[in-house]
Amino acid sequence: MLETALKGSRTYWIWVIFLLGVIGAGFISYLYQFSVGLGITGMSRDVSWGLYIGQFTYLVGVAASAVTIVLPYYLHNFKKYGRIAILGEFVAVASVIMCMLFIFVDLGQPLRVLNVLLHPTPNSVMFFDMVVLAGYLMLNILCGWYVLGAERKGVPPSAWIKPFIILAICWAPSIHIVTAFLYQGLPGRHYWLTAIMAAKFLSSAFAAGPSLLIVISLILRKFTKFDPGWEAIQTMAKTATYFLIVTVAFYGFEVFTAFYSQIPGHMHPIKYLFVGIDGHTKLVPVMWTCVALAALALILFINPKTRKKESTLAVAAVATFISLWLEKGISLVVGGFVPNPFERVFEYWPTIPEVLITLGVWGIGFFVLTILYKVAISVKEEAVFDKYGEKQIITDKI
Amino acid sequence: MRIKRREFLKTAGGAALLGFGGISAFKVLERGRAEASAVLRDPKALTGKRWGIVVDVSKLNVETMKKCMDACHREHNVPFIENPKEEIKWIWKETFEHSFPETEDKYLAEEIKHMPLLVLCNHCDNPPCVRVCPTKATFKRKDGIVMMDMHRCIGCRFCMAACPYGARSFNWRDPRPLIKEENKEFPTRMKGVVEKCTLCYERLDKGREPACVEASDGALVFGDLEDPNSEVRKILGSRYSIRRKPELGTLPSVYYINVGGIEYA
Repeated sequence: MLETALKGSRTYWIWVIFLLGVIGAGFISYLYQFSVGLGITGMSRDVSWGLYIGQFTYLVGVAASAVTIVLPYYLHNFKKYGRIAILGEFVAVASVIMCMLFIFVDLGQPLRVLNVLLHPTPNSVMFFDMVVLAGYLMLNILCGWYVLGAERKGVPPSAWIKPFIILAICWAPSIHIVTAFLYQGLPGRHYWLTAIMAAKFLSSAFAAGPSLLIVISLILRKFTKFDPGWEAIQTMAKTATYFLIVTVAFYGFEVFTAFYSQIPGHMHPIKYLFVGIDGHTKLVPVMWTCVALAALALILFINPKTRKKESTLAVAAVATFISLWLEKGISLVVGGFVPNPFERVFEYWPTIPEVLITLGVWGIGFFVLTILYKVAISVKEEAVFDKYGEKQIITDKI
Repeated sequence: MRIKRREFLKTAGGAALLGFGGISAFKVLERGRAEASAVLRDPKALTGKRWGIVVDVSKLNVETMKKCMDACHREHNVPFIENPKEEIKWIWKETFEHSFPETEDKYLAEEIKHMPLLVLCNHCDNPPCVRVCPTKATFKRKDGIVMMDMHRCIGCRFCMAACPYGARSFNWRDPRPLIKEENKEFPTRMKGVVEKCTLCYERLDKGREPACVEASDGALVFGDLEDPNSEVRKILGSRYSIRRKPELGTLPSVYYINVGGIEYA
């Protein structure tokens, strides 16, 4: 099937070359970081994690969110998702690969990474995270590739794949729960020390993931012969709407707990993020942009008219994806470190090489996604569904 | 063919060396023998069940603190880095109000608020950094020392996020060019690993107290917290002491006494 990725239109190749350029710039920056050390980033002894770990956290969510498509399709026989289940699985594959790369570029001694396997440490959440991520990657490659292969041959997938699909569905939340446990089990980091962290992670993931898939589906409708189906897009929009509401509510619960209890340690990080502390206000614009985009997305998603209109739906989905990225990909990590254990404020802002490396990893993710989608679309363009998306009618292959 | 004397000696010497080397290597590799040599300790070595330090704040002044810090950092090849974001610190000065931020009190005398004291790794009895390390590069020894294996550390910095005392430093760049005067007795570190106070395990092995304690003119007292007859226990049994963030359940082994004592009031 992979050979279909080698044939494409002019636009396809321009996109691929553009991605390779971004990856190249990131790679050169990484060589610089590799030789000098992580000192080239904006991180410090006080804010010792930054953009890389933020991206990792956000993308684990995007990876896990494939379950919002796969679960209704396989467990509830929701036929409308038949055409896009594979798209969700491939987003998961690309996201998990990015997650692993973000952990890798964040390591001070990357060549020692296999020490994690050499000295397995079950009491470390990081160890578990590696195990669940690797497992999830394998499951999604297996299920996605196999089901697509069956579709190409025009036969239903064999029964043996079903247990793996069920396992992947159960596995999906685990990757994000374990990632939340990285944060929420640390004493003395007030912003993270909250039982609702895992729940908030899942809800924001299930809003951001479907939003990404909505955008991707709209692009595919426009540029390829494959139509993911308007009803499927609308259902994803509803999923994103509910989970965005839940996420905003969860954040509100955090704010209430901190400010009604008036416990200084709990209020400080939130104050730092939204209004700044002692003139340290680097993240204030980030947070208010996040709030504004979330508000915009909520209005456009909740209002049925705007949700059902393609253009406003696209705006809502993009706004959700960016808003939640600002929250989870940047502010969540920094908020845990500011103020520091001495209640002093040291701020963080990424440097240019750090941003280039980050873009490079995103580039790799989109490259993988492009290749996988090219294969999937090539298969799907040949298959036609009946009006319920239930039965596939294979057209004559030329 | 005649062999020159010089060449003969070279060959014979080399062969002998190889032979002896081989024999001794076998001896070392023999089971039991290697273990015996591994547990061979200096009879003077200090042993304890849970090492701790009591800091008598009333005896600390700027000069003593500098002596403690210098002694430690010189002994352990801690580089001098001016940029506070990349600093490596094993033991350092911090004001009372920032070391104990939860004791906020607006009526507390300014002198006490801003009074500097020494902070270092607390060698917690229940250390979160050890709990989170994915490679066991940081671990707790039987004598209570929270140790770092800088050769195993992958530099993920999970321990830095987990430590509620800011006691861990990361080598953001190669530290070696920034070491003022290298102590050949103690290893230097490479970039990309985490490091911190190791309670001078290398000195304890030779029967000496930690460098900061030795340099502190009696302001720092070192001893076994599990030994009821130790000096630290006698002090803790007779004086009111405080520890940093005890509410987190980390059980720090560094105690502070005479905070805001007569000398400072």
